[in-house]
Amino acid sequence: MRTSTVDLTAATPRGAAARRTAAWTAGGLAVGAALAGGLLAPADAAQGQAQRLMYLHVPAAWVAYLAFAIVLLASGAYLIGGDLRWDRLARAAAEIGVALTALTIATGAIWGQLVWGTWWAWDPRLVSTALLLLAYAGYLALRRMLADRTGGRDGGDREVARPAAFAGIAGFLLVPVVHLSVVWWRSLHQQATILAPARPPIDSRMALALLLAVAAASAGAFCVLLHRLMRLERRLGAMPERTAPSPAGRDPAPNVPARVR
Amino acid sequence: MIRRPGRLALIAVLTAAGGLLVTSALNDTLTYYRTPDEVAADPTLARDRVRLSGKVVPGSLRRDGEVAVFQLADGGHEVTVRQRGMPPDTFREGEEAVVEGRLGTDGVFHADHVVLRHGNEYGPSSPAAPEPTDAR
Repeated sequence: MRTSTVDLTAATPRGAAARRTAAWTAGGLAVGAALAGGLLAPADAAQGQAQRLMYLHVPAAWVAYLAFAIVLLASGAYLIGGDLRWDRLARAAAEIGVALTALTIATGAIWGQLVWGTWWAWDPRLVSTALLLLAYAGYLALRRMLADRTGGRDGGDREVARPAAFAGIAGFLLVPVVHLSVVWWRSLHQQATILAPARPPIDSRMALALLLAVAAASAGAFCVLLHRLMRLERRLGAMPERTAPSPAGRDPAPNVPARVR
Repeated sequence: MIRRPGRLALIAVLTAAGGLLVTSALNDTLTYYRTPDEVAADPTLARDRVRLSGKVVPGSLRRDGEVAVFQLADGGHEVTVRQRGMPPDTFREGEEAVVEGRLGTDGVFHADHVVLRHGNEYGPSSPAAPEPTDAR
C-alpha cells in the first residue's frame, strides 16, 4: 500500500532513521515557528500581544482538519481495499484530530477572553467546532463500543472497521461547515485570512510565522501519527485476524495485551 | 439489551429530541446578532433580548456613573446603547462591538453584556510599518 508510510512505520533501522529525520524536522520547524511568532512578528495593532495566540490556534485547527481528511481517505480506502491497516490509520488520525480540536477550542477560549472579552460565545463557528469535537469523540466511542460488543479489538476487527469507516466518512461533512460557518452566518469569530478567496492584508512577518507554525504542527502531528500507528501495528497487526464468530473461534492471543490503550 | 422495536423507538425519540434541541439552539446561533439598520427598520426585533452589532461611533463614548453610553452604527443607522458595567480593555471607538440586551421604548438599547469583534486583517501598529493600513 502506501510505500512511504510503510517504510516510516517499519521496525527496521531504515525506518527508525526516517522517523528520527521526521522528528528532527518537526523540532526544527517548531523552533523556527516559535522564534518567528514570538520575536520576528510584530504585535497586532488592534489586538496587541494576544494576537500571537494565532500561531497556536490556527495551526491546531488546520491540522485537525487535515487529520479528519486522513480519517475520510483512510475510511474510504478501507471500504474499497479491506486492509485493516487503513482502519488503524483512520483511528490514529481521529485521535489526533480530536486532541487538536480540543486544543483549538482551548486556545480560542483564551484568545477570546483576551480580545473579545468572553471565553465562549454561542457563535456559529464556536458551536460548529464543538459539534466537530463531539462527532469525532463519538466516532472513537463508537469504535470502542463496537469492539466491546463483538469481543474484538478496536483496529483489528472487521465488524468494528466497517461501521466505523461509514461514521468516519460522515463525520467529515462537518469540516466544511466549520470552515465556512463564518461566511454563511453572522459570527463573532473573524473570517479566514490565509484560506480566504480574496486574501485580506496580513503583515508578511505574521504570515511567515503562521506558515512556519502550520508546517511545524503538521510535521509534529505526522510524527505522533507514525508513533501511534506503529504501536497499533505492534499490538494488533501481528495478531491472527478474528474470523467469523464460531464457538471455538475466540482467539486467546496469549502473549499480547487484549486491549489497546 | 433492549428488544429491537423498543430500540428503534428509543432512537427515534432521542433523534427527535436532539434535533429539536439543536434547531432551537441554532436559531439563536445562526443569527448571532442584529444590526442597527435592521433594528431601525423593525424595532420589534429588539424588544426581546437580542445581540446588536455595529461599529462604535467615534466620539460617542461617555461614562455615566456605572453605565457606559455609546452609539453603534451600521448601514447608515445608529443606535444609542446604555451598557451597565465596564466594557473590556480592548473596547475602542471605531472598532466593532456586540452588545446583548433589549431595546427600550425610548429607542435606547439597554445592554448588560458587551464583547468586541475584530477583523481578519493583521498588521503592526508602529508607523514604521511598510504597508499603509487604515486604522488596523
